[in-house]
Amino acid sequence: MTTQEIFNVLKNKFGDALIEEKISAASGFAIVGNAMQEWISIAPDKMKDICFFLRDDSEMQFDYLSCLSGVDYNNGTLGIVYHLTSMVHKHKIVLKTFCKKENPHVQSVSDVWGTANWHEREVFDLFGIIIDGHPDLRRILLPDDWEGNPLRKDYKVQEFYHGMKVPY
Amino acid sequence: MGLLDQRFENGNVFITKLDDLLNWARLSSLYQMQFGLACCAIEMMAASASNFDIMRFGIIPRATPRQVDVMFVAGTVTIKMASRIKRLYDQMPEPRYIISMGSCSNCGGPYWEHGYHVLKGVDRVIPVDVYIPGCPPRPEALLEGIMKLQEKVRKESMVKKRA
Amino acid sequence: MLQPPTLPTNYTVKPGHIKTSTGKTIRTEEMIINMGPQHPSTHGVLRLEIVVDGEIIVDCIPHIGYLHRCFEKHCEQMTNYQQVIPYADRMDYCSAMTNEWAFALAAERLLKIEVPERVEYIRVIMAELQRIASHLIAVGTYGIDSGAFTPFLYTFIDREKILDLFEITCGARLLYNYIWIGGLSHDLPPNFIGQAKEFIKYFRPRIKMLNDLLTYNEIFVKRTANVGVLPKDVAINYAVSGPQLRGSGVNWDLRRDDPYSIYHKLDWQPQIGKGEVGTVGDCWDRHIVRMREMEQSLHIIDQALDELPAGNVKAAIPKRIRPEKNAEIYVRTEASRGELGYYIISDGTSSPFRVKARGPAFVNLSVLPEIARGGLIADLVLTAGSIDIVLGEVDR
Repeated sequence: MTTQEIFNVLKNKFGDALIEEKISAASGFAIVGNAMQEWISIAPDKMKDICFFLRDDSEMQFDYLSCLSGVDYNNGTLGIVYHLTSMVHKHKIVLKTFCKKENPHVQSVSDVWGTANWHEREVFDLFGIIIDGHPDLRRILLPDDWEGNPLRKDYKVQEFYHGMKVPY
Repeated sequence: MGLLDQRFENGNVFITKLDDLLNWARLSSLYQMQFGLACCAIEMMAASASNFDIMRFGIIPRATPRQVDVMFVAGTVTIKMASRIKRLYDQMPEPRYIISMGSCSNCGGPYWEHGYHVLKGVDRVIPVDVYIPGCPPRPEALLEGIMKLQEKVRKESMVKKRA
Repeated sequence: MLQPPTLPTNYTVKPGHIKTSTGKTIRTEEMIINMGPQHPSTHGVLRLEIVVDGEIIVDCIPHIGYLHRCFEKHCEQMTNYQQVIPYADRMDYCSAMTNEWAFALAAERLLKIEVPERVEYIRVIMAELQRIASHLIAVGTYGIDSGAFTPFLYTFIDREKILDLFEITCGARLLYNYIWIGGLSHDLPPNFIGQAKEFIKYFRPRIKMLNDLLTYNEIFVKRTANVGVLPKDVAINYAVSGPQLRGSGVNWDLRRDDPYSIYHKLDWQPQIGKGEVGTVGDCWDRHIVRMREMEQSLHIIDQALDELPAGNVKAAIPKRIRPEKNAEIYVRTEASRGELGYYIISDGTSSPFRVKARGPAFVNLSVLPEIARGGLIADLVLTAGSIDIVLGEVDR
């Protein structure tokens, strides 16, 4: 199934939870012509129901979550990108959600796919996006008392950590 | 018996300094801690395999820091790991030596500029005796580093009173 | 004086009681054991917090991040896409060629470059040689985990021959910076094909010898059969990939199912675990999948060496790498440990805006608590070893 067909099915079933198919995230990052992959944009607090449908519906059967990445779009918006695959039907889809930097909250999908557990912890660690409904939300790669979220574009490295000098 | 036979023809008595004897014994049997962090650990493993054979220098890997003389810090030291390395260093009994293997533990390596979680050189937390450059250093370079450490041990003095 | 921080643990131990045969009641308690970052069997700096009831594991919580080297931040700060290749090397350091190839493939699709056919064939040869080298490390260290030291020495002798082949081509033994975006850094030297054919002839009987030495050894079979069983549906839900997924009986190989390069022109088969000495999906299955994949890789290299076309390997390397604004792509390849994917977003300049590396070892490790539960501590060592993790890829 192509992205457009999946989008139509989702729009019929879930209606206003979706935003339009190709969205400009905000003024600084407008979509021009042909981005190389198409995606479906979903509101950040409706992820779980839509993902359960995508996993369990017999025509979609997206049972494999390949990759879950956080992005900082450098204009006050953070986002998460999901790459899904179906091993049964061999089709792929990309989902995206966006949230504001001041109040970043996204619903968790770790009940849908077990692999999302660690991926969402990594997004929380490196971007500071708070995942609602996650069973165990804490830092995974950096020490627990690290200050800041390194992969944000406005991150400043701290000078000392427990007496060790961090920059060169 | 080879070498020793040629040197001592009349009987088996030889006179030397106690320091020389102790140092020769120590440098020929440096026990190593199995402690590989990253890519250099693979080259360290290759050095202990048959082609390069670190065991002919008398270096045997031990799992616990309480029984070793030398620790190869092979690989990138991150800030999360640095406090554990200090703890392992404290657990080693004296006389102890540290060999810093590879560019990352010498000075931060390729991650020196933008690595926010990389400690720029393990000598920021523990004192290092020999630095081996390379990314990763060849096993022959590791063996040369060990020989340099052996030179250093040869010149030490165990019986002299320290300040 | 540096002190490690006191680490919070989310687990509260549960007390219990058992009755002895004489009728007395003894109070029992679960114990938390730390298999710390420095451990001879954890294949790197991995910390496992194990909760045990006696000797049986109740829960196992992995703590990672001890080798987090900020790969994704470096990608954003580099001034050129080609400068990312050495950093991509160092992520999965046991299998560097496949890392470079995945990133080069992603950048080439972003820039819409077609590489010459000779480059494709050489890349396949290098990747399959690297797959054999990586599986040799896995098999050798797995032998040490289960107590057998000799297979390690034999596998490393064979691995040195592969590293010789890499050294005559690009000069480096472990981290190559060889597969560039649009081509390769050096062409094959004149004696490469002869030496590679010799290696293939030398290595085929060595696989049989390794099987006799380790795989079908009675002690090894008793220690790995029915241990760490990973069921099929759990594996797919946890997005496991590579030999671990195929060991559980799932017929999924990205070289065939999401095809890239010239694999469709060569004759080879993905290897699936069938539960020959135990349950499907146990440690022995994952091990035999790796051994059989080495044989298949030899077959692929043989065919590719025969069909190698002529050409210029540097013909398609672009002078300026500047993808279009807001182009983004996710490309995945079958690395030695599973699905290695790169998600690149470009903002129109010559350095990437965001690169996300999906490391297979990171995802494969997250399933460890599920498969270690209920086993013994000695089984945990073998289970963790059979996942074949490389901490550079887990932590990036």
